[in-house]
Amino acid sequence: MSGGARATRHNGVMDEPPPLLELTGTTVRFGAETALDTVDFRMFPGEVHSLMGENGAGKSTLIKALTGAQRLDAGEVRLAGEVVHFATPADALRAGISTVYQEIDLLPNLTVAENICLGREPRRFGMLDWKAMRVRAREVLAGLGLEIDPASLLGTHSLAVQQLVAIARAISTDVRVLVLDEPTSSLDVDEVAELFRVMRDLTQRGVAILFVSHFLEQVYEICDRITVLRNGRLVGEYVPSELLRIDLVQKMLGRSAAELGTRARVEPAAPESVPLLQGDGVTRAPGIHGAGVELAEGEVLGLAGLLGSGRTELARALTGIDRPDAGIITISGQPVDLTSPRKAISLGVVYSSENRRTEGIISELSVQENITLALQAERGILRRMRPQRRRELAMSWIEALDIRPADPDRPAGTLSGGNQQKVLLARLLALSPRVIVLDEPTRGIDVGAKVEIQNLVGELADNGLSVVFISAELEEVLRVASRVAVLRAGRIVETLPSESLTVESLMALVAQPDEFSEAVVAAAAVPASSFPAQPAPSAEGGSPSPPTGGGPE
Amino acid sequence: MTTSIETTPRRADAATSRYRTFMNRHSSLLPTFAAIVILLVLLVGAQIAFGNFITPRNLSSLLLDNAYLVILAVGMTFVIITGGIDLSVGSVMAFTGILCAKLLADGLPAIVVVPLMILGGAAIGLLIGVLVQYFDVQPFIASLAGLFLARGLSFVVSLSSIKVEDPAILWLQSTRFQLAGWYITPTGIIALLVVAIGVYVMQWTRFGRTIYAIGGSEQSARLMGLPVARTKVLVYVISGVCGGLAGLVLTAYSGAGYPLNGVGTELDAIAAVVIGGTILTGGSGYVLGSLIGVLVYGTITSVISFMGAEQSWTRIIIGALLLLFIVVQRVIVSRADRRR
Repeated sequence: MSGGARATRHNGVMDEPPPLLELTGTTVRFGAETALDTVDFRMFPGEVHSLMGENGAGKSTLIKALTGAQRLDAGEVRLAGEVVHFATPADALRAGISTVYQEIDLLPNLTVAENICLGREPRRFGMLDWKAMRVRAREVLAGLGLEIDPASLLGTHSLAVQQLVAIARAISTDVRVLVLDEPTSSLDVDEVAELFRVMRDLTQRGVAILFVSHFLEQVYEICDRITVLRNGRLVGEYVPSELLRIDLVQKMLGRSAAELGTRARVEPAAPESVPLLQGDGVTRAPGIHGAGVELAEGEVLGLAGLLGSGRTELARALTGIDRPDAGIITISGQPVDLTSPRKAISLGVVYSSENRRTEGIISELSVQENITLALQAERGILRRMRPQRRRELAMSWIEALDIRPADPDRPAGTLSGGNQQKVLLARLLALSPRVIVLDEPTRGIDVGAKVEIQNLVGELADNGLSVVFISAELEEVLRVASRVAVLRAGRIVETLPSESLTVESLMALVAQPDEFSEAVVAAAAVPASSFPAQPAPSAEGGSPSPPTGGGPE
Repeated sequence: MTTSIETTPRRADAATSRYRTFMNRHSSLLPTFAAIVILLVLLVGAQIAFGNFITPRNLSSLLLDNAYLVILAVGMTFVIITGGIDLSVGSVMAFTGILCAKLLADGLPAIVVVPLMILGGAAIGLLIGVLVQYFDVQPFIASLAGLFLARGLSFVVSLSSIKVEDPAILWLQSTRFQLAGWYITPTGIIALLVVAIGVYVMQWTRFGRTIYAIGGSEQSARLMGLPVARTKVLVYVISGVCGGLAGLVLTAYSGAGYPLNGVGTELDAIAAVVIGGTILTGGSGYVLGSLIGVLVYGTITSVISFMGAEQSWTRIIIGALLLLFIVVQRVIVSRADRRR
């Protein structure tokens, strides 16, 4: 379908169809900093276009610029050849530009049907027609392969369902340009496949789709063209079939992949040593049922499991965020009762939440305040840190973790995702913990920052810190962790050294009950360095690296 | 296949699944159900204690005595569901009431005076709305300013009570449409009409749903392209209009305008709204619930007077109920958070 169109576009300049959406000379400044510097960007009808770049490359700003959520300092936007000015997202919506934001921007207090139809509800005799609304919602959802009760409240559904509802909302209008910002980060394999099918349907109808994802595999699978940004500037526009992954990564990072390096894993601890942190029969309804876990000093333990397997619940129970209903947690062999995060922190156990924005960073506070927050809380109100000292401390962490921009007074909310994550890490590390539990520390951040954080975890472990590393990306878990604990339905079903695992075998363990997975593990139990370095997954046709390993069922 | 992410019960027990469907759809109704239960318990309890409590006369007067509060509570519901608060309504009611009495005494006809009252209330509401929306003032502070302004204005109009002798206004109160011992006055009809309009607007108009959307998440509502600014200003205007209407009803009820009317009434209205199941942080609640809330409040008042006890007990009981409801709301909200 689009293959032919693409060929014409690139071979014959003369009969190139006019772009549906075109941004020229787009410039956006935040104070002294230029977030977007004279960037040109275009999208053709019926294509899936990917916007790639590291954190802080200007992707989010560009999306906001074309959806009316950000005012331009210079440049113009043309839709179907005509100059348009979008003062608000509503203007862009009316013009046919729909956006699904990365952080789900729906209303949990309203019904699924309303969330889909809000602002353009069917009406009859001047009254909202609730029945028609439900019917319409059911149709749109069915198109996405989702069968849920449209009259149920959105807040009662899982994040993945909410994400699909957000997409349903976006495509339920006469959409001409659809912007999907990291739509797949909370979806499993089947849901991603379903989404891609819907995306192809839409492109058949002439819709242009802007697909932003940090999953290279998905980008290569679905996209017709790729635009790369770096540091607020346009690097170029490419066709995936003509661009090797390794080259793409290099263009995004501005340095070669070899420089990114791979970290040698920490050796698993000697078996006779007493585990630093141990959980036995940890239970907390409804998430976890009798999970057992051991963490040695200086070890990185990966937790792998599907969405809903109890990853986060276990992490929270181990760090005093949620008190377990049953089970024993010991630190260096001493049983402890972690009644609160405060208690856990005093014992050297800290937790970094998967919800960076709502449970991590305080966006309005400066980077400096964010970093020193936990330490100050630990010292108590009477032993206030001197501003001078606070600043020094913040600066040293900014330097150590390479937080950019290196401005301790900037509101933390204005930093890119990767840098926010680093600020969060700095806050926890400032407490000099013995155990740090990282829940999805690399979610929604880019390849470069991801690698940095992965390497950082390795360095921390080398320095004797014990780390629990949770990620939906199995490849990443294998790369970072020395042992992997596999969670299924709230239980740890297996803990294996990562050398004995491949992405495929781990995926089978995570997804499948019993015999089958054992067979796969047995088959794949060749000690393998077969998974390639993160920045260039399957440059030579390696693993399929889905977000979470959801096999059939 | 894709529904596997749904938390459907594996053994699809029909009853549980119907219960789940109901809960997934209507969990926000629970606090309002609780209010209805409390109202029934109060009524039945009073009937058992006094023997002659549930009578048509008594129940009819419940609406009549609290008509002004019903109107205020409806306006307050709009504001609270957006996540705001309007502290000005009691003073607005006093101001429009005294203005009404004064203008009538000066010889203006009721047909001119009544629209002026409504307009006065709307103007103060508009002021608060603009402060909240465009000057980014906390609703608490903005409406506190409105409270002082309206109270001050009512003293400017008159320092003492002014009697109302206009037949049209007095008609609102003195006329009783009777049916088998039940009766309703035009003021009661006005209150019920306000409730009906409130229900209609909240449930069956885009404007109403936008109010819920703003209460759910203002940022999301804006990104969805909903008219957030306009809606937020309008809810305060609506609350102001309700203040003006309540001023009319109260003036008719008491037969006079008095600049010290309705001191603290805004808090009664808020209490009624919360008891009726509207969540103070916004996004969830019902206009009908607020009517129930007012009836709970009114029933407690009249039970206390039946007992011949000090009316200050009303406040104490309302306070306790409010506390209970806020705790119940917290439990519901945190349970919903945990389920996710």
